[in-house]
Amino acid sequence: MATDNRPLSPHLQVYRPQLTSVLSISHRITGILLSFGAVLVVLWALAVASGPDAYQALIQFMGSVPGLIVLATWTFALFFHLLNGIRHLLWDAGWLLDLRGAYASGWAVVALSVILTIAVWGGLA
Amino acid sequence: MNLRNPLANAHNHGAAGDGVSHWWAQRFSAILLIVLTAWLVYALGSLIGADHASASAWLASPFNAAMAVLFVVTSIYHGKLGLQVVIEDYIHHRFLEVALQLLIKILSILGGLLAVMAILKVAFGV
Repeated sequence: MATDNRPLSPHLQVYRPQLTSVLSISHRITGILLSFGAVLVVLWALAVASGPDAYQALIQFMGSVPGLIVLATWTFALFFHLLNGIRHLLWDAGWLLDLRGAYASGWAVVALSVILTIAVWGGLA
Repeated sequence: MNLRNPLANAHNHGAAGDGVSHWWAQRFSAILLIVLTAWLVYALGSLIGADHASASAWLASPFNAAMAVLFVVTSIYHGKLGLQVVIEDYIHHRFLEVALQLLIKILSILGGLLAVMAILKVAFGV
């Protein structure tokens, strides 16, 4: 068995990105972001349990510019991972596995993630 | 140079019959999270702009407390399964890989416990 360090395909440095591969890696990236977002949920529960001072401090941070950037990123990552996750579940069931289905559902995921994110933040503003 | 038969190297290093359980656990938690995310949107809608008194009153209702516990546990479990695969795929240094897997496991358990304890504390009003 060959065990030397020959380069493995796909050779990403010469590979043209397609919608399918970009969405695939985006699913992982948003998944990782949402794991960090879970820390925020834990902190929120701890703040409610700790009392008004801790709660107020967390709310104040969330309302600041860095806090709002975190929340906006989190909202988009949540919607994207949710919708693309449903796309993955449909694939697991054997649907949309042809090129047409993969691309159509891919663009639908992109469009809906953007629309839902804007709808949530537009509703708040 | 390794003179051992490739099969000898492969023995006891495979999925050992439970490789599929990770796949199923990830899908089941994903399906559960579709429902729970709908609840999360409703939750955030009721909590935006809430002060501490109304936030803790909201969390103290049995339905919201139960859903919050379910959401926290399911999402952290799903996240742990996902991060585990990411580490398996991209971290090729064996010691670092095992250390990260252990860290993810510990942090998931710790984070889950902290959140559940906090929710229960508010729910029971202690």
